[in-house]
Amino acid sequence: MKPITRLQSRTAVLTDENIDTDRIIPARFLTTTVREGLGKLCFNDWRYQSDGSDNPAFPLNQPQSQGCEILVAGRNFGCGSSREHAPWALLDYGIKAVLCSEIADIFRNNALKNGLLAIVIAEAQHRWLLDNPGVELTIDVQAQTITLPDGSNVAFTLEPFARHCLLNGVDQLGFLLQHTDAIGQFEKQEKAA
Amino acid sequence: MTARTLFEKVWDAHVVAPESTDTPAVLYVDLHLVHEVTSPQAFSELRQRGLTLRRPDRTLATLDHSTPTLPTGADGVRPYTNAAAKAQVEQLEANCAEFGVTLHGWDSDQRGIVHVIGPELGATQPGMTIVCGDSHTSTHGAFGALAFGIGTTEVGHVLATQCLLQRKPKTLAIHVDGKLAPGVGAKDLILHIIGSIGVDGGTGYVLEYRGPTIEALSMEERMTVCNMSIEAGARAGLIAPDETTFAWLKGRPMAPQGADWDAAVARWRALRSDEGASYDREVHFDASKIGPTVTYGTHPGMASALSATLPEPTNAQERRARDYMHYEPGQSMEGMAVDVVFIGSCTNSRLPDLREAASVLRGRHVAEGVRMLVVPGSEAVRRDAEREGLHQVFLDAGAEWRVPGCSMCIAMNGDLAQPGQLVVSTSNRNFEGRQGKGARTVLASPATAAASAVAGVVADPRVYLTEAAA
Repeated sequence: MKPITRLQSRTAVLTDENIDTDRIIPARFLTTTVREGLGKLCFNDWRYQSDGSDNPAFPLNQPQSQGCEILVAGRNFGCGSSREHAPWALLDYGIKAVLCSEIADIFRNNALKNGLLAIVIAEAQHRWLLDNPGVELTIDVQAQTITLPDGSNVAFTLEPFARHCLLNGVDQLGFLLQHTDAIGQFEKQEKAA
Repeated sequence: MTARTLFEKVWDAHVVAPESTDTPAVLYVDLHLVHEVTSPQAFSELRQRGLTLRRPDRTLATLDHSTPTLPTGADGVRPYTNAAAKAQVEQLEANCAEFGVTLHGWDSDQRGIVHVIGPELGATQPGMTIVCGDSHTSTHGAFGALAFGIGTTEVGHVLATQCLLQRKPKTLAIHVDGKLAPGVGAKDLILHIIGSIGVDGGTGYVLEYRGPTIEALSMEERMTVCNMSIEAGARAGLIAPDETTFAWLKGRPMAPQGADWDAAVARWRALRSDEGASYDREVHFDASKIGPTVTYGTHPGMASALSATLPEPTNAQERRARDYMHYEPGQSMEGMAVDVVFIGSCTNSRLPDLREAASVLRGRHVAEGVRMLVVPGSEAVRRDAEREGLHQVFLDAGAEWRVPGCSMCIAMNGDLAQPGQLVVSTSNRNFEGRQGKGARTVLASPATAAASAVAGVVADPRVYLTEAAA
């Protein structure tokens, strides 16, 4: 994972609450055996019309949403399945951060492990961002702040280890492998018990 | 010593390295279940890094999600829905062979849905930590195991190290008192609970289901309850093991045998929350007040009594759900026209679930124009059901009797509903498009699903159960 310290972009907004992983990427596309190339399938059944053309009613298809890397979504984004295809699809689609007042647990874990900034913000600020699509934000992972267009800062908290990994591009499997001796010790004690 | 909850006991026993402000705990995993959908990229990662599988003996794989539920044709060709599904299954077969994982594949008489076969084999045991790249891993909590779903990156972590980096979650006790009425079961109970605490009511928590009503449930019913913990946002849901648990597990192929069994049971008896243990949150339910319960909207929290008047939408999501599901505020779900009925999934595909559906269908026929699929959870369930003649009840009623798999719960194997069709389903998710693009899902118990198949509309099973008994 490449280090991520800062992200500057305009926001795109999906106001719906409880956007589940089936809406992010429908299950019928999960037969892939690779991580790549899922962006074209992101929000598939919402984003395209039945003839395959873009659905003009899907907010992210609208001209002002093009190039937006920060998604502000309704409460409880990413609920449902454990499919990591959801953050893979979002990242490949061009989304680098999701801001929400509540994010489903497994999705949030999966997202952060892939460098997708899944950030929980307070309800009042969430409400404001939902009501004001297209604003330019700067997310500072080091300072844990989001700078609004008027220059004011909104604070957020990332789980400290996830933040450390994002900032330094830490390989979590590599970190776990450093515990190999302790794991072996644990297994030995367990066997003796 | 401080009083601890069941969850805390299981958690504490698996900490390899404790958590600190800076780092999560390193948590040991006793059992890693693997299926074809969420594992290929993890095996690739190991291969790229030149890593081996740490504990093949604690890793168990099966084929369930992408697999056809129609039998192999006369030409010997398995009817996969597409080349990708076939390639994915073959990839798992190759990965298991290369890394030394036991696979319950096509030639195994124990193949089935991962959350059905783990318990069936006795691989699932009290006090274990169990993970799988599948959110319904919470099912195994029915045995007093800490069991939760993980992503594919974490699948790789467990393959390589048998451990996960985890922050300790909060605890939520769900106390259930009162006797469930006849014709009302575990599925109605859990739909009622999710409808009450909400689709995100358990986010950040591990649930513990407790109280006399829970203690009176069979293991299959407990699995139905724990299975849907994730539908309230909770990664895991546990029930303390008891005599019901021990009796169910005894003699299963992977359960301890002889003196080891006695020692294990003695250990397992300590796996209950201590008197005075405190939870971060507690809620109470009276089971006697619950009737047949179904979902009416597009997430499992939009659930209500079958006969209850549906609310007028008050926000954008409820309006969207009403428009998608075509339900009428002011009316109930009872009587809504049905196109498809699905009995199956890791929630409700075990032998007692099939018996419950068969008890409604016996001597009756699926209504004109309704398609009904019955998909047993495993080869073992299929064998047992056929031995009892349940398959004949389904076939005589005009239903399809299929080969085990996830089937129409996730609709990635070709078993799916058409746009606009209404499916009464014993599965766990009613999200938009879950059972096929544009398909509308009503989650229900096996009895309610079977009654709806007979009536051709969403129906109260108690009428049929009373008649069957008479």
